[in-house]
Amino acid sequence: MNIAWYLAVSAIVFSVGAIGVMTRRNPLVLLLCLELMLNGANLALVAFSRMWGNGDGQILALVVMTVAACEVCIGLGMIVAIYRRRLPIDVDELRELQG
Amino acid sequence: MSTTTYGWLVLAFPLLGTLVVSLGYRPLQALGGRTAGWIATGAIFLSFVAAVGALLSLQSHAPEHRQLVSSLWDYASTVGINAQMSILVDPLSVFMILIVTGVSTMIHLYSISYMDKDRGFERFFAYLNFFVFSMLLLVLAGNFLLLIVGWAFVGAASYLLISFWYRRTTATRAGIKAFVINVVGDVGLVLGTYFIFKHTHTLDFLQSFHRAEAGAFGPGLNQGDLVAGCVLLLVGAFAKSAQIPLHTWLPDAMEGPTPVSALIHAATMVTAGVYLIARMHPLFELAPSAQDVGAVIGAATLLIAGTIAITQTDIKRVIAYSTMSQIGYMIMGVSVGAYAAGLFHLMTHAFFKALLFMAAGSLIGAMSGEQSLEKMGGFRKAMPFTYGCFIIGGLALSGIPPFSGFFSKDEILLVTGERGGWHWALYAAGYIGAFLTAIYTFRMIFRAFHGEPVAEARELEGGHVHHAEVPTNPANGEVEDLDVGFPGPTHAIAERSPPMAVAMTVLAVGATGIGLIQIPKVDFVIDDFLRPSFAASKLYEPHTKTGLLVFGLILGTLLGLAGIAIAYRVWVVRPGTSAAWEKRFRPLYVLFVNKWYFDEAIDLLIVRPARAVGRFANDTFERLFVDETIVGGTTGIVRAGSAAVRAAQTGFVRYYAALLLLGLTGVGFYFLLQS
Repeated sequence: MNIAWYLAVSAIVFSVGAIGVMTRRNPLVLLLCLELMLNGANLALVAFSRMWGNGDGQILALVVMTVAACEVCIGLGMIVAIYRRRLPIDVDELRELQG
Repeated sequence: MSTTTYGWLVLAFPLLGTLVVSLGYRPLQALGGRTAGWIATGAIFLSFVAAVGALLSLQSHAPEHRQLVSSLWDYASTVGINAQMSILVDPLSVFMILIVTGVSTMIHLYSISYMDKDRGFERFFAYLNFFVFSMLLLVLAGNFLLLIVGWAFVGAASYLLISFWYRRTTATRAGIKAFVINVVGDVGLVLGTYFIFKHTHTLDFLQSFHRAEAGAFGPGLNQGDLVAGCVLLLVGAFAKSAQIPLHTWLPDAMEGPTPVSALIHAATMVTAGVYLIARMHPLFELAPSAQDVGAVIGAATLLIAGTIAITQTDIKRVIAYSTMSQIGYMIMGVSVGAYAAGLFHLMTHAFFKALLFMAAGSLIGAMSGEQSLEKMGGFRKAMPFTYGCFIIGGLALSGIPPFSGFFSKDEILLVTGERGGWHWALYAAGYIGAFLTAIYTFRMIFRAFHGEPVAEARELEGGHVHHAEVPTNPANGEVEDLDVGFPGPTHAIAERSPPMAVAMTVLAVGATGIGLIQIPKVDFVIDDFLRPSFAASKLYEPHTKTGLLVFGLILGTLLGLAGIAIAYRVWVVRPGTSAAWEKRFRPLYVLFVNKWYFDEAIDLLIVRPARAVGRFANDTFERLFVDETIVGGTTGIVRAGSAAVRAAQTGFVRYYAALLLLGLTGVGFYFLLQS
């Protein structure tokens, strides 16, 4: 099968994730969308790996998964912390960084 | 020991004395007594001994080898500049160090008694030694750089000494005035050096003189840069030597203790300008215009100072103006080529002026600090020794034979007259000045010592020195205490203090007899001694016209005696006369008593415009341009820029994500297009 199809699917998944990150306000959904983006990238990595018959891309994909796991850990931890402090679960309300 | 080693020793002793007295201040104070004073006096005396050694050793050289340069180390050696720590020992500098160390030793000795009860005794002697060291550095310097260093040191030391009683506002103000005017002179000296260095490319005196004579400034006389350089050197000389219009600091410098006045006025500092012109004579002879400037200013100063001295009532100020006047003679002398005569007058003046100041100090001691002639009178019987010293000093100052001032002053005027042409005007000015000198000197003596004895004089005749119940500043009447920064509780008079009497006796002998070492047509000690330093000079010729010489000597004597007679008539025989004359010549009197309005003129022409410019700079330039435009403009730009950037920081996560994505996409596209 042509590599282009894999890349197309990867791009679609990435874009869905990116649009989700930019439009949704619930941090939980934001994390899910981030996961989508990462997995879109992973798909591209694995596809390229197969194309070149070389394991590097797959290893990198595994690294990305590890990082994603960490990120989810931290993200969920923060969401729980925000919830416990009875702050609104809405990223637009959390804007102390505004200049 | 070689001649230059003596020269270095002359410098080393006062420096050592300064260091010992200033660093050992506390132990010396704990030791009590007058230890610091004796150490300082000993240091200067050793320096004098070394100066005598230099003299003897110099005379053993052949006359054409009497200009010796010695360098300790390279001060700064770079491309085009080689400034060395070098001294020049030649007849001129040896002549100067002998006067400086000799008279300063006497002044130190005098100060031991005079400053005895002052709380700043040790500090005083540290300053005094430093002052003498600075002056010796100035006269021994072998290059322009060291000369400037010594020149500036003298200015700084004079500041320290004039404002020695630093809790007197009048004294601190006088010190600042002296320092500022001296800095004006320093600037002149530095700029003048620059003009000379630009053409001769060397800082060394002898080399730059040789190169100037070899035509470094171009052919002929009066080359522009040389005249500019010499006139700027004259500015330096005028500021140090208190010539108009830079003289106003000198009368104010009387705020310092009396030995300081003696030191500044007699042996050091004010003679620096005369020395400078004599030292730079090869340059000045190539720039006759600059010489003329010096001669005219000297003549003007001797007249103006003489007229002011007649009307002043502060005894120290009268002597101060007489110093200005006498320095005017010297400046005029060395400017018209009467080098030996000018320096001879410098020497005799050092003796009789130091003597007069010391006698005035003794008198002020008897008046318990009061300096006004108005309040003095009839001290003749109470203070016979001081009176005698005043008379000797006064006769020498007035140029009455055979006292020392007679020979030196007339010799200057003789050489001036021999130059002919418009120099006759200077000659006339000199004799008018001599006449004024006799009047104001004896006016001072008669007012202080003759007439009805005042209360203080009676008290002293009864055997008790007057003591002020509440010490006050004689200048403005402010009440003082006796702590450090003010004069001490008791005052010394020469009749009761052996060191003062010894110092005054030595100087009185000098003032009487020192003139005899150079009598026209009889002996030429000074002429012969100084000749090697002026070997290249075209003007250094012994005078020839016997008729003019005899005329001058007789005229000088007659004018001096006439002046004394007038003073006697006006202030002793008919005491009311001066008041009547004040009324009759009201405008003149007002002009003289206000010192020709020099202070006011300087205030109007320089101080006020400078202050106006400063205020304009502060109000308009500083506030509107610097503060609001430059500083305010910069902050405004930064603030506006940061406001724009800050607006981008919304705090919305998705906004950042979008920016990130956009940036990434942009980078991606860039690379795609590149490949």
